[in-house]
Amino acid sequence: MPPRTRRQAAGPATGRDEVPERPGVRVGQDTTAVAAQPVGRSPLAGIVGVRRRRIVGLAVVVAVLVAASVVSIAVGARALSPAEVWHGLFSGADADQKATDIRLIVQTVRIPRTVLAVVAGIALGVGGALIQGFTRNPIADTGLLGVNTGASFAVVTAISLLGLTDPFQYLWFAFLGAALAGVVVFGLSSIGRGAGNPLTLALAGQGVTVFLAAMTTAVALSDKAALNALRFWNAGSVAGVPFRVIWPVTAFVVVGLVLALAVLPSVNLLNLGDDVARGLGVNIALIRTVGILAITLLAGAATAACGPIAFLGLMVAHVARYLAGPDYRWLVPYAGLLGAVVLLVCDIVGRVVVRPGELDAGVLVALLGAPFFAALVLRGKFKSA
Amino acid sequence: MAVEYITAIEPGVAAVPRLAARGVTVGYGDRTVIDALDVTIPPGVVTTIIGPNGCGKSTLLRTLTRLLKPTSGSVVLDGEDIARLKTRDVARKLGLLPQSPVAPEGLTVADLVARGRHPHQSWLRQWSSDDVSVVERALALTGVSDLADRPVDSLSGGQRQRAWISMTLAQGTDLLLLDEPTTYLDLAHAIDVLDLVDDLHESGCTVVMVLHDLNLATRYSDNLIVMKAGSVLAQGHPRDVVTPELLHEAFGLRAQVVEDPVGDRPLIVPIGRTHVPGLAD
Repeated sequence: MPPRTRRQAAGPATGRDEVPERPGVRVGQDTTAVAAQPVGRSPLAGIVGVRRRRIVGLAVVVAVLVAASVVSIAVGARALSPAEVWHGLFSGADADQKATDIRLIVQTVRIPRTVLAVVAGIALGVGGALIQGFTRNPIADTGLLGVNTGASFAVVTAISLLGLTDPFQYLWFAFLGAALAGVVVFGLSSIGRGAGNPLTLALAGQGVTVFLAAMTTAVALSDKAALNALRFWNAGSVAGVPFRVIWPVTAFVVVGLVLALAVLPSVNLLNLGDDVARGLGVNIALIRTVGILAITLLAGAATAACGPIAFLGLMVAHVARYLAGPDYRWLVPYAGLLGAVVLLVCDIVGRVVVRPGELDAGVLVALLGAPFFAALVLRGKFKSA
Repeated sequence: MAVEYITAIEPGVAAVPRLAARGVTVGYGDRTVIDALDVTIPPGVVTTIIGPNGCGKSTLLRTLTRLLKPTSGSVVLDGEDIARLKTRDVARKLGLLPQSPVAPEGLTVADLVARGRHPHQSWLRQWSSDDVSVVERALALTGVSDLADRPVDSLSGGQRQRAWISMTLAQGTDLLLLDEPTTYLDLAHAIDVLDLVDDLHESGCTVVMVLHDLNLATRYSDNLIVMKAGSVLAQGHPRDVVTPELLHEAFGLRAQVVEDPVGDRPLIVPIGRTHVPGLAD
């Protein structure tokens, strides 16, 4: 701004009770003097403090996640001591049969389900927070994109038409179904008069979800094998999935996370409204496309590996907003790590409560999550997206 | 038909426009709101667009800020076609405040204003000491430094609007377009916000606003653009433009234009059907 001398004095804030005194602007003063640093404490000092608190909070969540991972390896039908966990993790040669058994349990059962719980939890948490940011809808969930029902429909169709019996064959169909549903919902919401409108996205998602759910029921009711497979797949579980499935799922999740990180600063601006975001130089169509792609990859990969785990993304997004505030650059990492913690803890609890049997993690997420969620509602802790 | 009221703006003001619409036609769907309109925004001046409801004021402002794409014609920003510029480059030159913006719950004033730095940041360079000083200056200029840690949703309407204007200032532009910045504000807060606009003008900003209140528009702007049914009826200094004839033609309003007892601009006194003894039909 070119320096200009004030022609006439703007009156001081007299009689305006709510207006604070302006530290910079004084009667008769050259306004360029305002450019000088205000004396004393910077008004931005608060931001630094908040950032420090957020980093500490994030570190605490990471520590909880590491602890939960160790517990996850130790707890199960055969409980292991810390020494045994250590042995199972890092020992090469075994002294006796018992040591070999422990190593087998750790490396082929406990580690895969722990890794999957972390990967799927991060994916669903980040996906849930992102979809709320993109739709500006506080009850949006990754299921909104039709990802869950798309995967279910693909699974029953594959079993019914191709006669697949191995769960690892229909993993790919689940992923394909999830991705296709996401693309169809996003495509529907991007054409016509309401293009790009968050409400259009939610409505298109709801329509596709209802349609696919009906089709899934129709196929499953007419095919016993498909119905049986759906019964187990639909519960949502991280157990019994081998690494040959977990690695490709992790690869998709990593790509989704990279895309998500790339759009986070812009999601913050989208939350101020499309016009403000455009005004600040955000290419809205591009950001929204990349964001929906990220959400589809994250939720699709997690759903393909575990089955639909409802509620997780929605729940952790709200807890993350409560802990981290409305800044998506912090909210999303919080949601991802919290998602991993919650899914891992639910999987652990599921192994303990009905011994020697197990309860699927997806069931426990809903069982533990719903009362917790209700408590948040009752205490009025929710903030709008 | 339309009388030409267009007069020269203040002498001595450089003739190079910051922003101009050249034969723009804009509409929503099949409905044309603005038809082949030409308008020029002079630099260093507060320009206010006025006109009756639905005349295309906001549509014009949205077109000037590339939020709406004209079906024909072009908007020229500092000599370049705005449609050919990257949206981020436009954001470095032109600040924009839409009508009644809403901040997410819990967002603090400092966070909101900091987001105004986005066009100057990249993923790798998120925050610099440059950003700090610009944001501090923006907070101070708009008088919201003391509110920096308060959530935007906890502020009064006037304070909230100052915070939003502060955000557009943090963008570091000297060209600001404000769409009805005084909507929903009581008169005291409206005056407060417009005094701020005047401060910005004094510090060298070019400001374009849409206002509903005619007396506030004449008091706070040096250049009025009077619109009616999608075209410009008159443009110029309020002293030259505001006449009973123009008000009648633009708004269908009967009014007297008198000397402002406190200001140096005309004051509009509306004449309704009632409460005016001796003037009743």
